[in-house]
Amino acid sequence: MTSRAQRLLVLGILVVAVVSACRKKQPEVAPQPVANTPPETCDQRCRDSIRAADERRRADSIANAERLAKEARDRAVAGLRATLAEKVFFEYDQSMLTDEARAALDRKLTVLKANAGLRLRISGHADERGSDEYNIALGQRRAVAVKRYLMDQGIDGGRLDVVSFGEEQPAVQGGTEEAFAKNRRAEFEITAGGETLTAPR
Amino acid sequence: MGRLSTLRALCLTIVICGAATRGLAQDTTFRQGVQLSLRYAPGTRPGIVVLPISGEFGDSMRAILQRDLDYGDRVTIIPTDVPTAAAAAASDGSTINYPLFAKLGAVGIVQVTWASAAIARVAVHNVAQGKIERTQDFPLGGDPKVPDGVPDWRLSVHAVADEMEQWITGIRGIAATRIVYSSGGRIWQIDSDGAVAIPLTPVSMAMSPAWHPRGSFVAYSAMGGSGNWQVLLRETGGASRVLNTTPGGQNITPVFSPDGSTLVYSHARELGNDLYAVNPFAPDAVRKVTVGRGSDNMSPTFSPDGRQLAFTSNRTGRPEVYISDADGTNAEPLTLGQYSDQSYNSNPDWSPDGRAIAYQSQIAGRFQVISMGLRDRSPKRLTSDGINEDPSWAPDSRHIVFTSNRTGVQQLFVLDVESGRTRQLTHSGAKVRTGDWSSYLKR
Repeated sequence: MTSRAQRLLVLGILVVAVVSACRKKQPEVAPQPVANTPPETCDQRCRDSIRAADERRRADSIANAERLAKEARDRAVAGLRATLAEKVFFEYDQSMLTDEARAALDRKLTVLKANAGLRLRISGHADERGSDEYNIALGQRRAVAVKRYLMDQGIDGGRLDVVSFGEEQPAVQGGTEEAFAKNRRAEFEITAGGETLTAPR
Repeated sequence: MGRLSTLRALCLTIVICGAATRGLAQDTTFRQGVQLSLRYAPGTRPGIVVLPISGEFGDSMRAILQRDLDYGDRVTIIPTDVPTAAAAAASDGSTINYPLFAKLGAVGIVQVTWASAAIARVAVHNVAQGKIERTQDFPLGGDPKVPDGVPDWRLSVHAVADEMEQWITGIRGIAATRIVYSSGGRIWQIDSDGAVAIPLTPVSMAMSPAWHPRGSFVAYSAMGGSGNWQVLLRETGGASRVLNTTPGGQNITPVFSPDGSTLVYSHARELGNDLYAVNPFAPDAVRKVTVGRGSDNMSPTFSPDGRQLAFTSNRTGRPEVYISDADGTNAEPLTLGQYSDQSYNSNPDWSPDGRAIAYQSQIAGRFQVISMGLRDRSPKRLTSDGINEDPSWAPDSRHIVFTSNRTGVQQLFVLDVESGRTRQLTHSGAKVRTGDWSSYLKR
């Protein structure tokens, strides 16, 4: 083999190696701090100081990676919590679930199914127009309608508590139809399993 | 009794004679001179003077007596200032210038002197005959000098006023009563004249208080720590305890039977409220009263003989008032869409004389108080100003306490069904709800 041919062969191997390196995606790893090499004149104190700085950088780097991971987890959990907390609304003097209410409950279902330890308290509310006493029963009826829908979709009823506030805790003050509509609702509170929420797969 | 009848007969005589000259229209407003009407009652209000009362709390006692007699809506209090009264009556009451009082329009005079420091000697004078009709000593309870003693003292003065009304008109007043209500998550009581509002419970989202017929207990519902509505009993002057048959589910709107031995309340384990009955003072099995089959049945009220119940039920889809036997059988609707197709009738209260049931009915989107006569099932609308709810009858079956937002924040008002005269009972900054008028707390 001539020296020219040898050079071409070496060049080819290099090209293949580079292309191959470019194709392969490197696994994501936490950035490694670059260790400092102590100068030859560095005494023991100097070397200790450099080592300590290296360790700090390493620790900071790990903490940063953990923080980013936690933020990502928190965002995901916040999304799940928002899904669970989403209110459902009712027509006047009605406890029948609307299509919108069912859709909101279906979104909760996936979270409930992915988190077997999750328990919810469903609270029913009424607008101010009915009688105070009748509205306590109406709020109960709404909360139970929600519970039964979730049970029909396979959720254990023991995970769902119901409570009625009647018209005692309006979400919105005021005597307008808009305010009434916002107050005829069921609300959801996580009573157990909220710390270990995992997203549905 | 004979002398009392004389006074009543005198009132009647004056009334009838007067009617001949003044026409037939009822007149319940005060004018100088004799009050005139064809009928002795209702509509006629004989003029009465309450003489100034000596002693440290004499002025307070006189003010309470005058107000109570006025609020009874059966007599007209002739406002007499102290100089005028002094000119007409000696300070010790030994001499009364009857002609002067007759000129002022008084038929009777109430005079209070002191048999001892805490015993009021009350006399009622017949002005036309110029003599005392009746005298009686009334021991006063409590002590107006200390805050804790004021409620009992006022109650005993109210009882004097009720007795005076009985002497003068033959019908007992309603002053020695109280109204319980909920406001700011607590149960409160207030005297029938609107004085001395006292909270009875801590803040616990409490509502629907109901008096025991003897005034010894108040039952109410409140939200417990677990979010369940419980029925609680509060003994007068004592603490509250949870009715042990109501640990879970929803337990609301308690009411005592007229003999006080049974408590009926609305319970839902989950879906559908039914009425249940229990003896709250002894270990007792709970008896189911209504068979609502998933509907909501609540806000019960007993007939005065204890044999029947009226309650709210949505068994036909909308809230309506039903009547049944006390065991829940023979349920039939009392109201059914009287004012619109979208009817909403609820919160009945049976009058103590058994003749009517008051309830609230939604008319043009607003609740109004209605009284349904039971003989002919004829509804009579009693309110029109603002939103008016939760009627409760006074022991005289003539006055009703109810809530209204007519002056802004919802408060309790008292209506005289006969004359339409209305007065505001509470003046709270917070919304006031679910009032219940007691029976007589002192006689």
